[in-house]
Amino acid sequence: MVISDKLDAFFTDKMKEYPTKRSFLVPMLLYSQDEVGYISDDVIAHLAKKTELTELEVRNVVSYYSMLRTQPIGKFNVQVCTNISCMLRGADDLYEHCKKTLGIGHKGTTADGVFSLEEVECIGACSWAPAVQVNYDFHENLTPDKMNAVLDNYRKRTKQ
Amino acid sequence: MADLVSHPDEVRVVSKRFGKGAADIETYLKLEGYQAVQKALKMQPDEIINEVKTSSLRGRGGAGFPTGMKWSFVPKESAKPKYILVNGDESEPGTCKDRLILEHDPHAVIEGVMIAGLAVGAQKGFIYIRGEYRYLVDIMRKAITEAYAKGYLGKNIFGSGKDFDVYWHTGAGAYEVGEESALMESLEGKRGIPRIRPPFPAVVGLWGGPTVINNVESIASVPHIMMMGGQKFADLGPPKNGGTRLFCLSGHVNKPGVYELPLGYPMKKLIYEVGGGIPNGRKLKAVVPGGSSTFLLTAEEADGINCDFDSFAKRGEFLGSGGVVVLDDQTCMVKFALRVMKFYQHESCGWCIPCREGTDWLKKTLTRFHAGGGLKKDIDNIKYLAQNMLGRTFCPLGDAAAIPTMSIVDKWRSEFEAHLEGKPCPFDPNAKITELPVLTH
Ligand SMILES: Cc1cc2nc3c(=O)[nH]c(=O)nc-3n(C[C@H](O)[C@H](O)[C@H](O)COP(=O)(O)O)c2cc1C
Ligand code: SF4
Ligand code: FES
Repeated sequence: MVISDKLDAFFTDKMKEYPTKRSFLVPMLLYSQDEVGYISDDVIAHLAKKTELTELEVRNVVSYYSMLRTQPIGKFNVQVCTNISCMLRGADDLYEHCKKTLGIGHKGTTADGVFSLEEVECIGACSWAPAVQVNYDFHENLTPDKMNAVLDNYRKRTKQ
Repeated sequence: MADLVSHPDEVRVVSKRFGKGAADIETYLKLEGYQAVQKALKMQPDEIINEVKTSSLRGRGGAGFPTGMKWSFVPKESAKPKYILVNGDESEPGTCKDRLILEHDPHAVIEGVMIAGLAVGAQKGFIYIRGEYRYLVDIMRKAITEAYAKGYLGKNIFGSGKDFDVYWHTGAGAYEVGEESALMESLEGKRGIPRIRPPFPAVVGLWGGPTVINNVESIASVPHIMMMGGQKFADLGPPKNGGTRLFCLSGHVNKPGVYELPLGYPMKKLIYEVGGGIPNGRKLKAVVPGGSSTFLLTAEEADGINCDFDSFAKRGEFLGSGGVVVLDDQTCMVKFALRVMKFYQHESCGWCIPCREGTDWLKKTLTRFHAGGGLKKDIDNIKYLAQNMLGRTFCPLGDAAAIPTMSIVDKWRSEFEAHLEGKPCPFDPNAKITELPVLTH
């Protein structure tokens, strides 16, 4: 199985809430990505079959949404918001700091596969700027020093 | 989990359960939970709509359309099922309030959906939450499950003989999906490309059925309107601008945060009293009144304006989404315009040429300009390009990109002039003009 039986059964159940088979496609893509790490060809083939779409139709949807990716990335995706509220409170410096510390650029991945980095648009944390999301977790009111502590914490998690 | 703030001027209606653990259904029930929907079940659909009309609630998503009127556009009879769709895509830069509602009071959103459903004769509601807000999706899933377990959702709700279902749904990263017709496309499992209107969603919406689309905050206001009465809600704000609003204060203020204040609250007090003024002894230069899609205000304009829909409409401008972004006197307006355009260029769905090409062209021009490669004629050109996007696109994203750009050129032209002839950015001590050649023709 491309995705776990549990996830697949959850999809089958959820799909019943909608009048058309494809309706739940976007969440299915995201939840599959969370499990597999990215939208692989196998995920596309599986979801195409499940929703009775062609693989091309599924690919068309994948390419629209910025959170979806078709390549594997690091274990922790560091997403730095540089949009207006964050920019006004030092996001550009924070992003540069992340680039330097991790030694990678936009959409890069560290050689050990622990971190990826991404410059993102507003993540809804404007009043707690500058903000970063690592995978789904929010980190707010950051400074370069606080960012170091955040990264260290994630690094420690991989060693355990 | 985002920090909560408070200020004595706040009037807590929508935020009154914040920080009280109301995401748990038992706590919600102790705080008047699910009483509003029971009240609504005893009313006729028209009575509910009239109560919302009386409240003068206007859409909190940005456009400020009267909610009661929107509901009244739904046809009484329909061969296809009707739907309520809650817009929790919250992605307008500067806006971070729906997040707090979904985190602290998810049952109020569910209850609001049910009341909207009773008002228009829908039996199903969808709550769409942006993909990045996964922890809120989890909170909402749990809230919905709890409501079903109590029998508040499903068959024969509160013994009324009526059925009602509420479902959750999530996006996967796209600002444009916040636009109502793109939102429906996304919920139907497609790319978020808008639909041409008419027909409007109230008549032909989700899967062809009549659909009411409302912002999270609008929907979360509805149970309070039922409990306190439309007139009392209306009286909180100026005429035709009922109730309160969650203002998301960000940028250069001492006390950023989300504050609930009555509509019509003076912008000056919002910045200097609620927000505690500008840090580092600096002065105010500009205010984004309601998310990046709105006309920016100069310091003088901000001093004299009240935060309600009509005070802005009178100037031909917009109150927007509640995202108030404060800019101090050391902010470069050219750089700001560039960052805003970079966003719209990234988010344009690419369907119409003025938006797709216009945002790209403007981003390139502003990049060159900020790097010191600008020409005098570029200044008018930037405005001309933006003006030519306005009103010439299938959805309002083109307008959203044009509006801040035009206002920055109009109101801070001198800052563009200060960047001319290879001069480095006056606000950036490290600015270098190495990236781009200076054009001479
Ligand atoms: C590009 C674009 C993005 C939008 N994003 C949002 C959004 O994230 N949340 C929202 O509630 N409304 C958003 N809107 C407004 C919606 O189209 C719609 O007007 C609103 O959800 C209606 O709800 P309301 O009447 O309760 O405000 C957006 C509009 C445009 C044009
Ligand atoms: S205005 Fe922009 S986002 Fe809207 S439909 Fe046209 S190209 Fe797409
Ligand atoms: S601008 Fe960065 S979170 Fe909104």
